[in-house]
Amino acid sequence: MPISLEVNGERVDAHILPRLNLADFLREHLKLTGTHVGCEHGVCGACTVCVNGEIVRSCLMLAVQTHGASVVTIEGLSDSGEIADLQAAFRDRNALQCGFCTPGMLMAAQDLLKHQTDPDRERIREHLSGNYCRCTGYQAIIDAVEITARARRGRRP
Amino acid sequence: MKASAFSYARATSVANVLELLVAHGDKAKVLSGGQSLMPAMNLRLISPELIVDIGEIAELREIAVRGDVLSIGALTRHVDILSSPEIAAHAPLLTEAVAHVAHPAIRNRGTIGGSLAHADPASELPASVVALNATIVVRGQTGERRIAAGDFFAGIYETALSAQELLVAVEVPVAQKNSAHFFYEFARRHGDYAIAGLAAQAIVRGGLFTDLRTAFFAVGDRPILAKAAERLVSVAITSVVLSEASAALGEELDPQDDQQASSSMRRHLAKLLLVRCASALLGRPDLTAGGPV
Repeated sequence: MPISLEVNGERVDAHILPRLNLADFLREHLKLTGTHVGCEHGVCGACTVCVNGEIVRSCLMLAVQTHGASVVTIEGLSDSGEIADLQAAFRDRNALQCGFCTPGMLMAAQDLLKHQTDPDRERIREHLSGNYCRCTGYQAIIDAVEITARARRGRRP
Repeated sequence: MKASAFSYARATSVANVLELLVAHGDKAKVLSGGQSLMPAMNLRLISPELIVDIGEIAELREIAVRGDVLSIGALTRHVDILSSPEIAAHAPLLTEAVAHVAHPAIRNRGTIGGSLAHADPASELPASVVALNATIVVRGQTGERRIAAGDFFAGIYETALSAQELLVAVEVPVAQKNSAHFFYEFARRHGDYAIAGLAAQAIVRGGLFTDLRTAFFAVGDRPILAKAAERLVSVAITSVVLSEASAALGEELDPQDDQQASSSMRRHLAKLLLVRCASALLGRPDLTAGGPV
């Protein structure tokens, strides 16, 4: 089926099979391999991307469903510099080890910080509850998001 | 894993959906938010030949209050329920329940129609609509059927919906004066499926329940409207009355064993929930004092 959508601000036209999910479309067709594929049934959160401004599981969405939509992946978020501070906080706080979950974590964390400037640890934990990390034990990830929220509050006029 | 191959139709109207469902019967599957259907397809638990995507049908998205009825369109997403002032005002049980449904990325896609039609016995919304005494509106080519939520759920992933029908809306009686609700679930982690849960809607007057509907979930093959709760209606609630009702609930339920919990643990948790519910709705902390509740 023909689809036409926007990915990280660029228009994309493609011809795809209906069974292709959005994660595989991004990775195999567009070579945007920052979106990771973990469980392929919506449990691990590694494939989290933004569709029309909202985070979704790209393994639970068909690529054909994104016809006419605007998709932002970790590449888009990273290249624009929008989350440079969050990425730096992850690095400083050792909030990643193998890095497999990190793109999904960053997408979900940025989604929270866009909607809420002053989340407490409980709120951060809840918002990231759909993202698995098998390395860090989560504490450092919560720290990094908390530190970023605090720093962004300080920067605002 | 990846879903096996299928044909795909982007439906343009309810009539168009019904044509496709009549033509393809149970070889077709309706795709709403896809948050249960897609995992099942990716795991190859099901392999439909045709996917009918209803995502673009705007008329199924409406949330409206008409007289004493709050109508919620099938495509209303969990995130829409969470942020709807109409639902918070007229069916606050749903607002509270939906916060327990999965995680933000799932709630951005999952819909109420999809959740009800999927009928997972451990999920929150089916029990909530049973507690609310809601009506499920389904449409087929011969017309509309209105099914009481209590009659809609028929078993694990089974409902009164036929393969040729589409669930279009759920209608909830608007909360009356003196209405109160209770929602709680035991889960390993926020957003996980419940080990045992309770959605309850009540009317409380002068310290008594004049109505109490308790729908338990994850303790049977469908949401269970407990008969035992009727023992608490129009009587002065004492700890003796409550423990008798709780014992009757234990008799009434026959929960399943699985890797999350044993049958007896689920029964214990359900009894606990009934006691906590009565205590919370009546504002009587004394009812939970002195026991392991």
